[in-house]
Amino acid sequence: MTTIALPAPRLARLGAHPALAGSLFLLVLPWVAPYPALATNVLVWGLYALGFNLVYGYLGLLSFGHAALFGGGAYACGIALVRFGLPWWAAIGMGVVAGTAVALVMGLLATRTRGIYFAMVTLALSQCAYFLAYQASGWTGGENGLRGVNLGVIRLPGMKLDFLHPITRYYVLAAFAAAALFLLARILASPFGAAMEAVRENEGRARACGYDVRLVRLQAFTLSGAFTGLAGALYALTLGTVPIEVMDLQTSGLAVIMALLGGAGTFFGPFVGAMLFVAIETLVSTWTEHWPLAVGALFMACVLFFPRGVWGTIVQRFR
Amino acid sequence: MGDYSLDLLALQAFAGLALGAVYVLLATGLSLIFGLLTVVNFAHGAFFMVGAYAGVFLFGVTGNFWLCLVGVPLLVGLGGLAVERVLVRPLYGRGIDDPLLLTFGLSYVMIEVVRLVWGKQSLPFDTPEALRGAVDIGVGYFPLYRLFVIGVTAVVLLALWLLIERTRVGLIIRAGARDPVIVRVLGMDVGLVWLTVFGLGTGIAGLAGLLAAPLQGASPEMGATVLAEAFVVTVVGGMGSLTGAVVAGLLVGVVVSMTGLFAPEMAKVSMYALMAFVLLVRPQGLFGRSSAPG
Repeated sequence: MTTIALPAPRLARLGAHPALAGSLFLLVLPWVAPYPALATNVLVWGLYALGFNLVYGYLGLLSFGHAALFGGGAYACGIALVRFGLPWWAAIGMGVVAGTAVALVMGLLATRTRGIYFAMVTLALSQCAYFLAYQASGWTGGENGLRGVNLGVIRLPGMKLDFLHPITRYYVLAAFAAAALFLLARILASPFGAAMEAVRENEGRARACGYDVRLVRLQAFTLSGAFTGLAGALYALTLGTVPIEVMDLQTSGLAVIMALLGGAGTFFGPFVGAMLFVAIETLVSTWTEHWPLAVGALFMACVLFFPRGVWGTIVQRFR
Repeated sequence: MGDYSLDLLALQAFAGLALGAVYVLLATGLSLIFGLLTVVNFAHGAFFMVGAYAGVFLFGVTGNFWLCLVGVPLLVGLGGLAVERVLVRPLYGRGIDDPLLLTFGLSYVMIEVVRLVWGKQSLPFDTPEALRGAVDIGVGYFPLYRLFVIGVTAVVLLALWLLIERTRVGLIIRAGARDPVIVRVLGMDVGLVWLTVFGLGTGIAGLAGLLAAPLQGASPEMGATVLAEAFVVTVVGGMGSLTGAVVAGLLVGVVVSMTGLFAPEMAKVSMYALMAFVLLVRPQGLFGRSSAPG
């Protein structure tokens, strides 16, 4: 069968600059979403799923412990603001650092195992992190959550931004998310990005090529912790509190659900998945509180019938 | 250390065995399913939770705990059979992550269905009258019900051992774990063996849920914590090893119980410290093969 090479559609050409396209998407999102708070949710959850997708989609490691990284980032940001009175940008930085550090510790233990063990060990370790956060109530607020993570006015050189205004808040957070998108695109295009995909496609061959597979996994998981920690920090700022639930199993599973619904291993998949999740939650919860039933059923259908996810299936169609 | 008498330590260790018995049942089912089907059943905690609710339901209808002891594993096991046949079977031959993801989605649905039927609040489950009170076990008085849990676990393990090691069905199960293709070539229905084992594993998880119900009640969320704990036991013992599941289950129970005596606030975390230690020293688990597939 011969195919005639057609000029690439505009969508595909834009796909050559995924971070740019992603940023444009973030720019218009609050104007197409029914209200800005929803756009903020998509932003934060999308960034979270993006961090998860770095290890699942590009490295092939299934982590069920990303709640510990997300929660670590959220708590670090909140504690920096509430207990130490750090400026807001430093607090976000602390979130990134904490996410990275938690990921490094978890990764050191979890990468000692292989294959299917990884999911079980990360799940168990995140449960351990949950109990630790629960116990350290002097820092984290324990069961009641960490309250008072409030930002009023943000001072930047030459301007004042009202963080309580939904649209302003959205764009402040979106600036961080866009920076993360560009960084991620850069990482994926680097030799390290190629090494990750090599490990995913054929571990033995990657090893034969001289890659230290365990090290690649540990590095990628730690990087994923930085993105996830950022998402957690932004979550803390949006919510104004850090509930203990950020650390629980539901939150870990949420990353898996969003990344798979959207399409693991695609650049935009996690954001598409986050949009789908937020849409289902918003729509179905208007008539029943049992909306997780719809999410679970859709997720099972996704695994059974379209494992590439929504965006992955679309991309495949147009290629 | 002076304050802790030897009797108290022995009693606490015994309480650890009772706690470990539930872990043993869970990890055995998990390992059995993984050993044959190479499926990590992420809905195992949900089946445990459904076992507790099935107990509440069946006890409410019949008022007979002994009937529950037989009926609950059967009911939950039947559910497991249906799940394997309809949902898990289409995924054989696809990536190893796919059945794991599917059962994860299933647990989401199962929890929500239970919330729909029985509500979000946890339900109490009274210890059956014949099993209330305490008995003297030589080092002190011990709750009769916890002794009963240890006994049931021992009976289940013995029956399982006899089934796998001493019967023709067990022979096929062992052969299927080693090489499913050859077993199929020899004319056995491997699909039927896998179906049976999935039903068996989930049935045991349901029984564990029933046994745990008088100790902690029945709540929709009880499966999530238990799943993490079952994973800890499986990682410590070694994936796919039934001996490992039994030894590690009891070990984890005793470690949690002993930590509870000396540092109550660290009890929950202690099992994860144990897992971390095992991962550092022996990543394949106590009874795992170093060249485990995967």
